[in-house]
Amino acid sequence: MKTPFFNCVTAVISKDLRAEIRARELVSVMALFALLSLLVFSFALELDKGAREEAVSGVLWVTLVFASLLGFNRSMSQERDQGNLDALLLAPVARTAIFVGKLLGNFIFTLIVGLAMLPLMTMLYGLNLLDGWIILTEAIGIFGLATIGTLLATMTVQTRAREALLPIALLPIALPFLLTAVRATKGILGGAPASEWQGALGMLAAISVIYLVLCLLLYEYIVEE
Amino acid sequence: MPDDSAIIIAEGLSKAYGGLPALRSLNFRVRRGEFVALLGANGSGKSTLLRLLSGLSKPTAGAIRIGGWEMPREAMAVRAQIGLVAHQPLLYENLTARENLEFFGKLYGIGIDERERRIAEALRTAGLSKGAGSLVRAFSRGMKQRLSIARATLHQPDVLLLDEPYSGLDQAAIERLDELLSAATEDGRTIIMSTHQLERIPRPARRALVLARGRIAFDDAIGRRNMSEIYRSSNA
Amino acid sequence: MGGKTKSTTLDLRMETSPQPRLLRILTVFTILGFAGTLVLGFAVAGTDIQQGEIQRIFYIHMPSFFGAFTAFGLTVVGGIIYLARKSETWDRIALAGVEVGLAFSLINLLTGSIWARPIWNTWWTWDPRLTSAAIMCLTYAAYLMLRAGIDDPGKRRAFMSVYGILAFVTVLITLFIIRIVPETIHPVIVGASPQNAQGGFEATSGVVIALLPSLLLWLTLMPITIMWHRVRLEARIEALNLLKLQALSE
Repeated sequence: MKTPFFNCVTAVISKDLRAEIRARELVSVMALFALLSLLVFSFALELDKGAREEAVSGVLWVTLVFASLLGFNRSMSQERDQGNLDALLLAPVARTAIFVGKLLGNFIFTLIVGLAMLPLMTMLYGLNLLDGWIILTEAIGIFGLATIGTLLATMTVQTRAREALLPIALLPIALPFLLTAVRATKGILGGAPASEWQGALGMLAAISVIYLVLCLLLYEYIVEE
Repeated sequence: MPDDSAIIIAEGLSKAYGGLPALRSLNFRVRRGEFVALLGANGSGKSTLLRLLSGLSKPTAGAIRIGGWEMPREAMAVRAQIGLVAHQPLLYENLTARENLEFFGKLYGIGIDERERRIAEALRTAGLSKGAGSLVRAFSRGMKQRLSIARATLHQPDVLLLDEPYSGLDQAAIERLDELLSAATEDGRTIIMSTHQLERIPRPARRALVLARGRIAFDDAIGRRNMSEIYRSSNA
Repeated sequence: MGGKTKSTTLDLRMETSPQPRLLRILTVFTILGFAGTLVLGFAVAGTDIQQGEIQRIFYIHMPSFFGAFTAFGLTVVGGIIYLARKSETWDRIALAGVEVGLAFSLINLLTGSIWARPIWNTWWTWDPRLTSAAIMCLTYAAYLMLRAGIDDPGKRRAFMSVYGILAFVTVLITLFIIRIVPETIHPVIVGASPQNAQGGFEATSGVVIALLPSLLLWLTLMPITIMWHRVRLEARIEALNLLKLQALSE
């Protein structure tokens, strides 16, 4: 009776990818925001060579977090505006499958923006960010962000204030990601020995897993009425 | 009404929102293949009842059985047998008509060959074969409503629930919708359709259920006794 | 209509019932206990040789954090049980936990700030532990804001149960931050202090005599008693709102 989990996940992802290729409502907005943010930071902080090494990983992650907020909001609003969340819930599919599908879509879109930022920042700030470890840190950090972002956006689009509440709900809870991701990125950028930043990277992965498990357990309670 | 032919059984069905009752202890049965018009003023509980029957929300008290399955405990089994046309079209604006149907077909686990066949047929029945490749964004209200019915019937549900499907449609669109509903009845589907306009009860409907303040005020064949009077007085 | 109205009046009468005996006893014990720990902290424990009188604030500073820990922990318990049973009482307990925990963590921040002025020579510094404690407070402030933004009571209870569970991660991070970011200057009294810690002192027998009772009081009686009162208050508020709504919908 029940549609297999994996089929539902791929259906949701391919639906989101197709809609995004059509309308480009997510990636383009996030990318434009990221670009503006990078420029604003470089003017505001007057990043010189010394300050850069310290500040660049912070700039990268703050920009990513705010850009991802835009994306998560938009992605869940698309489900909410025409009542589509109801349509998903009407189908004989596991609620966690819907969550995983939306999560992976959000992950892919945000990762695209995150990856595009690396060469751009390399050019703008004269520091080489094109490093395998940085890409890995980005992937793990963005996955963690997308996990709680997808859950919380599902919640906040159902509230009166809609989009306005997501930053307030997400930022404090996302802080553990920000803390560890900035730390790992900073260590990698500064050329510190791996032993100094691999702990932070491991912590980042561990927190992502903890949140993923929590979200998988809790998702059905925020979509069931 | 013999028990074995009842596809929907509601017993003591109640729903409250934050302590405020929306439905108060409803008891009714719907036979397989019946077309029931659900009448009532705005706020009488029509939408709430349809959401409960579709499994989108859970009753505060009472029981629903659909096709022998108990809701909401066995909701997963019931979902495949139910189609819902809600207030909103429940379609993705940035996808084409065909892509929308493909997506929902996948969600209902319809195999690819069968899916292609049913989608082609559904688009033809809905009169959307030409518009299949256009974005839903560009559709008129009537086209969206027809596509919405195609979406709700793609998995060939036993029960079709419609919430005010006529609202916002012009005369031509209403006539097309009537044809679609007649076709669905001929296919043997059980249909419950809500409306707040007495004059908009479609021809195949034989039975009316009038809700007033969350209770059943009338439940009988259409035109019997003093249905219109009960409906009007319940509106007052 | 009649049956429903009758049952709500009944509810309201139940919510306005006099305080249970146990709650009265707890209230008395909490007040006496708090007075007792103040006496221990101000009079019985000796003055710290290095820091002087200001060190006494520690007998409230650290226990208040653990009081918040209990309260936020009860929010998690309340959330889990609410999601499993949909019983409104547990949602009220979760809400009470957030409010009481938030008040306690503000006491924690405030006392810490007063202590830091003479010892660290500043009211506030962006030390990892201070930062994470501040973030913890903001998370629960966000809880209250989010809660106020959801109209449908069923959704509100379910969403906030979920958020209350997630928010506890920030409490754990505040507890364990020195393991993640070792260069904190915040002293650790029990166990090894980090290398950079400034303003630590030794847990002498005098310190233990004043600290232990205070810690026990803040961990158990303080949050539980205050939360119980808050849960009863919330039940009355909800009953009142329901009556208002019913009066309007008549």
